[in-house]
Amino acid sequence: MDFMAPGILAQSVLFIAIFSGITIIWERDLGIVFKFLASPTPRTALVLGKALSAGIRALSQVVIIYLLSWLLGVALDFSPLPLLGVCVLALIGAACFSTFSLIIACLVKTRERFMGIGQILTMPLFFASNAIYPIAIMPAWLRIVARVNPLTYEVDALRALMLQNGVHGFNVGFDFIVLALATIVLVIVAGLVYPRVAT
Amino acid sequence: MIILQTEELTRRFRNILAVNRLTLSVEQGEVFGLLGPNGAGKSTAIKMLTTLLPPTSGTARVGGFDIHQDAAAVRRIFGYVPQALSADGSLTGRENLRVFARLYDIPRKEIESRLSAALELMGIADTADRLVATYSGGMIRRLEIAQATLHHPKLLFLDEPTIGLDPVARDAVWEHLAVLRKQFGITIFLTTHYMEEAEANCTRIAIMYKGVVAAIGTPSELIASVGKPDATLNDVFAYYAGDSLATGGTYKETAATRRAMRRLS
Ligand SMILES: Nc1ncnc2c1ncn2[C@@H]1O[C@H](COP(=O)(O)OP(=O)(O)O)[C@@H](O)[C@H]1O
Ligand SMILES: [Mg+2]
Repeated sequence: MDFMAPGILAQSVLFIAIFSGITIIWERDLGIVFKFLASPTPRTALVLGKALSAGIRALSQVVIIYLLSWLLGVALDFSPLPLLGVCVLALIGAACFSTFSLIIACLVKTRERFMGIGQILTMPLFFASNAIYPIAIMPAWLRIVARVNPLTYEVDALRALMLQNGVHGFNVGFDFIVLALATIVLVIVAGLVYPRVAT
Repeated sequence: MIILQTEELTRRFRNILAVNRLTLSVEQGEVFGLLGPNGAGKSTAIKMLTTLLPPTSGTARVGGFDIHQDAAAVRRIFGYVPQALSADGSLTGRENLRVFARLYDIPRKEIESRLSAALELMGIADTADRLVATYSGGMIRRLEIAQATLHHPKLLFLDEPTIGLDPVARDAVWEHLAVLRKQFGITIFLTTHYMEEAEANCTRIAIMYKGVVAAIGTPSELIASVGKPDATLNDVFAYYAGDSLATGGTYKETAATRRAMRRLS
């Protein structure tokens, strides 16, 4: 259970974030997105706003998972600094995957295609990570996928911070850097593809 | 002074030439109308001018800036109300405006006074603190015009501002646009398929059909050019487009507006 709890938190954050791009398709159907894109606000600022709102929503998941884990007797670390770290991780993780979701939404533009692709992507993102089993026991090809999957780094850092004596593979600082870099790259790409939603 | 100028502006969607070599210019202070049936290419033209859609070829300048090279500068010059009624039904009218005050970088100290002035000007001050879900279509349209003019733009793009509204609501929209012009000298570039509205409100009209502008002029010039003493704009349209404006299937778009209103509420 101690091994699973961080994976479950990461997964619930991923699940909420990966479908958040649908809001842009609603805004497109409603016509609001055309007004946003015709305003002088930089597109990356619009994308960051979306990412931040997904991040803040993810904090509710932290509360829920901590409560459940505590009830199930997981040896959680409640000291303030790690707790703050977990919140920041959930926030960046949600920002990262919601921006990824936004990119897909801007490319596919319709609800049906978006939901389909969302379903298809969630599973590999989840299973090709260290959320359920350690990378060490994976076949070589899967290990490579897991290594480039931002979720792996989120889970790794969560393991280090959530648990009283969590076992983790990488340096926590390294996890944060990878996750933050992935988010920055995705935000830049999203800023470039965002205008496509209007065409 | 010329505020908007297009040069052979063209947009193709696969095998459809939605806008074909549009060339026109608009003087400051005008109310310029693109008149044409559904599918003529009006919305596509407006989307290119508002930097939402890249042209396939050709250029345009808005307020002296190129829509492609200086897109960010162009976006500071105009306000834009898209064809579909679009406001956030779960917010109040005032809250909807506040979002746009932020998007347009209006100084924080000025925001509240600008909101009140805009609501007053558009005649929706009484209902400003009610949820937009309770607004009528005409009120939503006026709220959108308030949104689009909060930053006091020189130019306002309106895509079918009165589509789907009942005659009373349509008149109210035009009345408030007239006030806006008087107060700020704002230039208006609009599209419509209502001939009477174009005739009554536009200083100049471009007749658009199947992506091509067939004629441009003041309403009276256009009517005179037909050469019949009692011609109407409908005759003008038939004369230049070889088709009747009335047969353009506008029903579908009207229905879409009604659906949008239901979605909002
Ligand atoms: N995104 C698009 N993809 C493909 N075709 C489009 C797109 N937008 C518009 N069109 C086509 O371009 C033509 C002009 O459309 P539009 O500019 O919306 O006309 P109007 O606003 O005058 O009714 C129509 O034939 C329409 O089907
Ligand atoms: Mg249109």
